[in-house]
Amino acid sequence: MSAGAGIPLPRPSELSQPHWDGCRDGVLRFQRCRDCGTAVFIPQPVCTGCFGDGLEWMASSGRGIVYSYTVVHRPQRPVFAVPYTVVIALLEEGWYMLSNLVECDPADVAIGMPIEVVFRKMSEEITLPYFRPVRG
Amino acid sequence: MPRHPFHDVALVGAYHTRQAKVLAGVRELDVVLDAIRGALAAANLTPADVDGLNVRSSVWRLNPREAAAWLGGRPIWTGVSLGIEGVIEAALAIASGQCETVVIADAQAGEYTDRDSTSPWTRPTNEFVACWGLYTAAEFALIARRHMHLYGTKPEALAEVAATIRNHGARHPDAVFHGRHVTPQDVLASRMVADPYHLLDCAINSEGGAGLVLTTARRAADLGVTPIYLLGGAIERQGMAYVTAPVWDRYGASGRRAAQRAFAQCGLGPADVDVCELYDPFSFELIRQLETFGFCKEGEGGDFVMNGRIAIDGECPLVTNGGLLSFSHPGTAQLLQKVTSSVLQLQGAYPAELTVPGATVAITSNGGAGALFCDVMLLGREPA
Repeated sequence: MSAGAGIPLPRPSELSQPHWDGCRDGVLRFQRCRDCGTAVFIPQPVCTGCFGDGLEWMASSGRGIVYSYTVVHRPQRPVFAVPYTVVIALLEEGWYMLSNLVECDPADVAIGMPIEVVFRKMSEEITLPYFRPVRG
Repeated sequence: MPRHPFHDVALVGAYHTRQAKVLAGVRELDVVLDAIRGALAAANLTPADVDGLNVRSSVWRLNPREAAAWLGGRPIWTGVSLGIEGVIEAALAIASGQCETVVIADAQAGEYTDRDSTSPWTRPTNEFVACWGLYTAAEFALIARRHMHLYGTKPEALAEVAATIRNHGARHPDAVFHGRHVTPQDVLASRMVADPYHLLDCAINSEGGAGLVLTTARRAADLGVTPIYLLGGAIERQGMAYVTAPVWDRYGASGRRAAQRAFAQCGLGPADVDVCELYDPFSFELIRQLETFGFCKEGEGGDFVMNGRIAIDGECPLVTNGGLLSFSHPGTAQLLQKVTSSVLQLQGAYPAELTVPGATVAITSNGGAGALFCDVMLLGREPA
């Protein structure tokens, strides 16, 4: 699995720090506009739905589905152990994020598969939000 | 209706330097110089004729203003954009009277050294992307996989695209993969890179350069070359590439608005296009662009590319010199290479077996859905 040591870790910005702070605390955070309701991710300074200033940080349920995926056999860098599964997760609140699917044989991945966030601590500052299948 | 300013501009010289997996012992700056000189020679022009330029390179990070000094400071206009965007920028500079003759050149040699990792221009650094092991092939795979899910697009269709384009390159003596013929079965049997992309579904890595000369349509008529006219062009950007999820529902039609605007500028449509020199980083991206630009309906691209339709003698000849899959993928020069390839095809400069008989209108593009941008340009042998 790709949750190995040495992978390139995020360097939070002033925009994204609340998201990464949330991950460290076990909460998957995204932004939602209090005016138009648009769910926004990646973090933005302004609502991408109405260009207003109504964005607020919200806690996601951490549950969603696989929107699309690719099983990667040629690693970006050797530090990523292959094969690894990259997913676009569509969260219940209607926003998308990139992640890796873990605890799942690549042969079993399917679009529409229910998934949930699982946090893995990578350093004192960074905890990464992976996803795994929801056990039925 | 007032004449569109693009229609006063012609592309009069296009040139590709030698392309190779590695240009061993060659300085990148010499490749740039070759690209400039080759394009000017193709246009029957000399450095003294140049009053605008946009010349750059990848490793040296050559700045166009640095290159302006090579010409004794005579050029007064410099551009900064890459590929189609750079050609549009130069055309507008000419059409607005800021300069008359622009040379554009781009080259790369020696950029890819860490061969254990994917090539440096494919590796993102963004905080929401890099940690998941993403790189360009995986980004574009996420788009392809969604389309396959929605429309039942088959790996065999992707393989047909890759094999057809690679076999065009196999027949071009200047292609890096000259002589490397493949079948769709070879594509499907090649090792998996990022599902559904096999190795042979993906662009190659190589080195080289490209050069292009633009001038006024009026001046083009007196040069003794075959002018290619700029019929239309538009860029389309939906955000930074490789920072956010490439979601089909948001970006699957990337380039549609650019294509519609380009076609509207000259009153043409897909049925008027004779050759498609489309951006070909990965096999599925061609299927997507054919749908997005209106050559077929959304979801029908997988069937559209079968049965010889995209071959040189088909109704929709696609990437006739082998493109990024076989001819070359030299750094950012590959973006400019799409325009130069289109010019050379329309000028009849390709080997006879790769020349589309009677082709007068070409469409070309840069970028794709996985990169959140898609720019479109239309070129013609006849003025608009």
